[in-house]
Amino acid sequence: MSNVTPRPFTGPLRVAEWHLLLYRRFWRMNVMSSFLQPMLYLLGLGVGVGSLVDANTSSTDTLGGVSYVAYVAPGLLVTTAMALCAAESMWPVMGGLKWQRSYHGFATTPLTATDIVLGHGLWMAVRGGTAAAAVSVALALFPETRSWGLIPTVFVAALVGIAFAMPIMAFSIDAEMDGGFAALQRFFIIPLFLFGGAFYPITQLPTVVQWLAKFPPLWHGVVVARGFTTGNVDWPGTAGHLAYVCLWIAVGTVVSVRRLRRKLYP
Amino acid sequence: MTEPLLDAHRLVKRFGEFTAVNGIDVQVQPGEAFGFLGPNGAGKSSTMRMIACVSAPTEGSLRMFGLDAATHGAAIRARIGVVPQLDTLDTELSVQENLWLYGRFFDLPRAESKRRTKELLEFAQLSERADSIVDNLSGGMKRRLSIARSLINEPELLLLDEPTTGLDPQARHVLWDRLYRLKQQGVTLVLTTHYMDEAEQLCDRLVVMDQGRIVAEGSPRSLIEQYATREVLELRFAAGTNDQQSALLSGIGQRQEVLPDRVLVYADDGEGALVQAHDRGARPESALVRRASLEDVFLLLTGRSLVD
Repeated sequence: MSNVTPRPFTGPLRVAEWHLLLYRRFWRMNVMSSFLQPMLYLLGLGVGVGSLVDANTSSTDTLGGVSYVAYVAPGLLVTTAMALCAAESMWPVMGGLKWQRSYHGFATTPLTATDIVLGHGLWMAVRGGTAAAAVSVALALFPETRSWGLIPTVFVAALVGIAFAMPIMAFSIDAEMDGGFAALQRFFIIPLFLFGGAFYPITQLPTVVQWLAKFPPLWHGVVVARGFTTGNVDWPGTAGHLAYVCLWIAVGTVVSVRRLRRKLYP
Repeated sequence: MTEPLLDAHRLVKRFGEFTAVNGIDVQVQPGEAFGFLGPNGAGKSSTMRMIACVSAPTEGSLRMFGLDAATHGAAIRARIGVVPQLDTLDTELSVQENLWLYGRFFDLPRAESKRRTKELLEFAQLSERADSIVDNLSGGMKRRLSIARSLINEPELLLLDEPTTGLDPQARHVLWDRLYRLKQQGVTLVLTTHYMDEAEQLCDRLVVMDQGRIVAEGSPRSLIEQYATREVLELRFAAGTNDQQSALLSGIGQRQEVLPDRVLVYADDGEGALVQAHDRGARPESALVRRASLEDVFLLLTGRSLVD
């Protein structure tokens, strides 16, 4: 009987391939929701709230001299990736361990816990990136939000997506029931959406809340993305913010691998 | 003598305070069909998980294909096929997608994986369901798909953890036939079961496990010869009178076993034992003389019936 000696470093790609095949059945539904929702926010907030904000000259100063729509657009891009990657790292990860048990199927092949975690991260980069790209295409249709800066912003959004995916994956691996996910959505993701700097500068918030808002990776990503789309890039600041986002990815990945190894290879 | 394909020495698995496997020695030769028998909780599945290299032994040594399982897990996993107790199929994907995608995990090139998928669909009698979503398959079909999937890497050793639990009799026979064919092709089989007929059908050699230890080892026939009498007399008494009636039987045959629903009398001459029982005034509602089976060996060794 023939043998196949595993080649190194292909594991994460194989896991991503599995994600892709599963996704092919659901992509229409997914693309619609991950595209429509930010569009509704953009129209509702950008046009509705924006007409009030832009009428006030001191507001425009606070926003750094851009219109409200232009201010909100990069925030929507990054929060779209955040919300998508966060949710995709909750129920699907639990399903892989407890419901369909696909991860247990992987465990009896040459794939390792590291492959599964890195494969998930890779897939989240693809999902977060394509969702952000779809939004940026829509943004490019409007003169006020059209900018070359949308291109690097898509990558920033993908990076922020992974920065949420990996720590949440670590949480989901050890979660016993899926009840925690609703709480995580309500008390972490939605508050970040509202208070993470997507819709207004967090300097408007009390100092304590500002510190809380700066802890997760979202605000850092939004600041960097906004720098690109409005054309005011502070390079050292950008490097610092992105390094901080990467730190979340690194910690989330290491903890996920350790926990998954314990689950799959007791 | 050839090197054993599987060589476990004083293998121990503990989970915290609980000892699931308590120092077992097992050797399996290439081409053999080997069974682990035991009641629920005997340590069969923990042993299988160690052999599958998804669970590290707490103590002892485990060598497979001459490699140390503790350090060569991924390399060993590349050469074995695993049919787990619970299916791990992707229920939202089609039958053939489950197969060729699994081949990719073993780094098969896509074309090769699809070629093998076609063959395995034939083998598992699932060609007509190739495009069906797995969710819609019957239990027996899912089991056959699990086995087909475990063969995608052309393994030298196939591990099956309770392969036919929960299947109807027809589905079990189809499955046994497929496993028998694999054995004829030279694939080494290691399986766990708590069905005696399954063990007798499939295993060249087996061990009986109880409470993490091996309590007997041999071929099905040799175990029956060693531990049971030639025949067994099964007596059923009116409900609630088992103890009272069985008291009348003392001394008949070599040994007796009082079960909740019947009394077993182990004797080389079953008919003779029945005559003796009648002479003593025992009035069973029904009586049956049969050949001793592995089930009897099991009762003797572990003191309880297999499916509890």
